[in-house]
Amino acid sequence: MLAVSRGTQVMARRAGFFRDVFSVGERAVRSVLRDTETTIPAILIPVFMYALIVGALQDFAEQIPGMNYRAFQLPVAVLFAVTGVSRAITVVTDIQSGYFDRLVITPVNRLALLLGLMLADFALVMALTVPVIIMGAVTGVWFATGILGVLAFMFMAGLWGLTYAGFPYAIAFKTGNPAAVNISFLLFFPFLFMTTLFVPQEQMTGWLSRVADYNPVTYLLAALRSLISVGWEPDVLLKGLAATLAVGVVSIGLSLAALKGRATRR
Amino acid sequence: MSGHANYDDAITTDGLVRRFGSVRAVDGVDLRVPKGEIFGFLGPNGAGKTTVIRMLITLLAPTSGKITVAGFDVMEDPVEVRSHIGAALQEAALDDKQTGRQLLRLQGRLYGLTGRQVKERISELTGLVDIGDAMDRLIGTYSGGMKRRLDLAAALVHRPDVLFLDEPTTGLDPISRSRIWEEVRGINRESRVTIFLTTQYMEEADALADRVGIIDRGKLAVQGAPADLKRARGVDLIVVRPDGDVEKAALALESVPTVSAIDAHDTELTVSTSNGAALISTVALKLNECGIGVRELTLRTPTLDDVFLQVTGARFRSAPGTGDGSVEEENPPRA
Repeated sequence: MLAVSRGTQVMARRAGFFRDVFSVGERAVRSVLRDTETTIPAILIPVFMYALIVGALQDFAEQIPGMNYRAFQLPVAVLFAVTGVSRAITVVTDIQSGYFDRLVITPVNRLALLLGLMLADFALVMALTVPVIIMGAVTGVWFATGILGVLAFMFMAGLWGLTYAGFPYAIAFKTGNPAAVNISFLLFFPFLFMTTLFVPQEQMTGWLSRVADYNPVTYLLAALRSLISVGWEPDVLLKGLAATLAVGVVSIGLSLAALKGRATRR
Repeated sequence: MSGHANYDDAITTDGLVRRFGSVRAVDGVDLRVPKGEIFGFLGPNGAGKTTVIRMLITLLAPTSGKITVAGFDVMEDPVEVRSHIGAALQEAALDDKQTGRQLLRLQGRLYGLTGRQVKERISELTGLVDIGDAMDRLIGTYSGGMKRRLDLAAALVHRPDVLFLDEPTTGLDPISRSRIWEEVRGINRESRVTIFLTTQYMEEADALADRVGIIDRGKLAVQGAPADLKRARGVDLIVVRPDGDVEKAALALESVPTVSAIDAHDTELTVSTSNGAALISTVALKLNECGIGVRELTLRTPTLDDVFLQVTGARFRSAPGTGDGSVEEENPPRA
């Protein structure tokens, strides 16, 4: 009747870290391709915000000498595209359905359960930068750094998307609550609005200018903008990269701690 | 991986305790499940079954006590334990957005099988899952029975030594349930896989298990072969449904010779005796003498439900297909 007994030897062994990451990542990529309803907003929202902000403020902002406001806003649009994009909701679904337990009782490397998902996230956020760049090109924005600058722009935006994804993952592993994960995007608002979202920092005054000094997004936006409007500025790029990595240390650290709490027997 | 082959007991627990706050969900459970056995772990909702199984499969740490599975200490060698066990947990823990084939492939890879081994195992297990072309359909489109069978296949992909099934038929219709039973018997018979099965259904344990353990309020009330447990309960049972007060009828029968125990619950009495055929007419006459009418009088052999009643003082009621296993509080046994 059953064809389960052609051998009785247990076949299981540890697959190895990279194979585990790849296996988990492959499943995540499949879920990205199936869940188009979660990626469409990530394409539409940046277009909407770009059109809204440029439409409302372009004439006013371009009174600043040398300002190309569409170029200035393109990095903002890309951050709207890549921030908060993650498979964290899949984690919650897996926890609630018990599928996460099924994964945990395999010999899989625990870290791969997070990094596999992040692998898929990175591929997705890199892809999401493309429509934004095309939108920029259509509206006359091109990169002073050329094609290499476009790739650097995609990489830095993708890296930001990946590091920010640590927050929703931390919430997902910690709470197992879809509502909590869905509102994790709200964490981004202080990051985005307390920085050089609308005007350059030189034009900002008072407490907001001071806060922007300490906001990592300020340095990320400066790096992305320099790739478009100025050219290769190593110090600006390094500051942007360092700011992104600093956020990553916190967010990924939190998500790893939450994963450990979820996957460890208590 | 050959594992820790020199063990006789596939599962052992010694003084297993698990507390949640001040609640002792599992309270000193000692189990021995020999290699190759089907062990039925019985108890109503909240008795501690799932807590025990989650400790056995490395998902939950015991507060105290020792556990070995497949010869490995669960606390010291959890990765080895995971490599040697398979588990199908309650409510078919699957990912609705994968196809059956994708799910089995991922399981195989996470257990370290090579691409060729994964392919072979999926082909072999397709016979078990028996869902034909649906293997390439999204799991979300499967029926409950198909999900349970796929869940079982996923638990077997790496040929485990010990298989844990947590209420594998809860919520299934009778046909699906009997198919799962058939699969479980086949897996045990053909592969000599040790099976630890929790269930709310006494008849399921009776049909499948070589031995059973009954857990009640976190304590292992009794364990043994179903036939032995039933034999210990008494040779025959006379079930009386009196037309009136059950307590009064119980009092009337207490003086009848050769009655070894009387259990009153709901609207019926269960009278234990060594020779039911000889006693049944005496019971009828005695009730008649006392002016107690009888609506129904039947003679039967004990069931595991009767064993449960004896050891816990409560009747275990389950409604197959509804997933509702519950305990009805009873008067304690009189003898």
